[in-house]
Amino acid sequence: MNQDSLGKALYALIRRDLLLAYRSRGEWLNPLVFFIIVASLFPLATSAEQQVLALLGPGVIWVAALLATLLSLDGLFRADYEDGSLEQWLLSPYPLPLIVLAKLCAHWLTTGLPLLIAAPVMAVLLRLPDTAIATLVATLALGTPVLSAIGSIGAALTVSLRRGGMLLALLILPLYAPALIFATMAIDAAIHGLQTTGHLLILGAMLVLSVMFAPLAAAAALRISLD
Amino acid sequence: MWTWLHKLGSPQRFYSLSGRLIPWFAVLSVLLMAAGLYGGLVLAPPDYQQGDSYRIIYIHVPAAWMSMFVYVSMAFAAAVGMIWRIKVADMVARASAPLGASFTFLALVTGSLWGKPMWGAWWVWDARLTSELLLLFLYIGFMALQSAFDDRRTAARAGAVLALVGLVNIPIIHYSVEWWNTLHQGPTVTKFDAPSIHLSMLIPLLLMAFGFMCYHAAMVLVRARNELIEWERNSRWLQNLITE
Repeated sequence: MNQDSLGKALYALIRRDLLLAYRSRGEWLNPLVFFIIVASLFPLATSAEQQVLALLGPGVIWVAALLATLLSLDGLFRADYEDGSLEQWLLSPYPLPLIVLAKLCAHWLTTGLPLLIAAPVMAVLLRLPDTAIATLVATLALGTPVLSAIGSIGAALTVSLRRGGMLLALLILPLYAPALIFATMAIDAAIHGLQTTGHLLILGAMLVLSVMFAPLAAAAALRISLD
Repeated sequence: MWTWLHKLGSPQRFYSLSGRLIPWFAVLSVLLMAAGLYGGLVLAPPDYQQGDSYRIIYIHVPAAWMSMFVYVSMAFAAAVGMIWRIKVADMVARASAPLGASFTFLALVTGSLWGKPMWGAWWVWDARLTSELLLLFLYIGFMALQSAFDDRRTAARAGAVLALVGLVNIPIIHYSVEWWNTLHQGPTVTKFDAPSIHLSMLIPLLLMAFGFMCYHAAMVLVRARNELIEWERNSRWLQNLITE
């Protein structure tokens, strides 16, 4: 194995996942539609007043994005586990954490990125001030990869379980608290015209940390699941 | 020392050693808690602001300390079990989780009982309360994951990964929650910074803390022994021991 072939293998993996997602639209459309529906149910459940919506908006969008990511995470390794690809990766000469990283890239491109694109529309629907929209997109850009990365650990731990979905939520949701806190704080700060750099930098730090370490933990978990 | 540790790691040795240790820890915990409760409920003076209702700290504070201590020890045991494949460590980790969750729950309940007369609400989104609540969720997740696997080995190793991930996350969660509260809501809640607690109150508190610690040690050993019996039920030495 040399550097070149590793790059090729990871590229092939990402390409394959994107192609699969492209061919079965539900895979990337369902989380997106879920996100939009959940976020638009909140005004119905609370109030259509602009003050209320502006107060709730950041949290609603973020919780909806978090749940949409969670929903899609259950399938992160499931299909590969069922058809045996996962075992092939374990046997392959390529390091498993990098393979997980490639899976994460593909996962973020098919779930995180659509949320990012839909977020401004949701921000308008929830009557967020225009000044906060850029910050909202920035927090999602930094935050959704964190969600995918942390979630991959849970997905790897539950992949061999028949009813892993609910358990996955139980394992992962408490770990999402820090990202949620800083993202919504940044948006709140933007709404009130305050500096957001600090919050965004911390989110960025979380992104670096989780992308570095989560694949290692997820790879260890995959080895355990396939034992 | 390593050989001693390895001997301890053998289920047989652990079984007999824990059998001898449990009574000691149990008796010690009863004595310490009795002394601590007497000192705390009878001897210590009432607080000049809170009156007698502050006395719940003799349960609340040790429980809160234990909730964190147990998580760290559980993660440590799980890591030892995963790295050196020591079954006994896995059993200890598995036995710790419900105890830690109970301590966390106890801390939350006593905290809210105290909060009602003091803050006027059962629940306040205070930083400490919130991080304790998230800790409870982490415990529940650990237990749910462990019970989801049929195979005990896999369950233990999967649990170890989760416990270690949780351990890394606990400080992050703690500080982000702290910051969230202080920046977000402002100091509406009087933070109860211990105004250097008086010795007559501190001594019972420490006695209670050590009592809780001994109770935990005894219970972990009892529970780990039960795990061990279930796990090793087909092994010869255990059957010999029981039929003797």
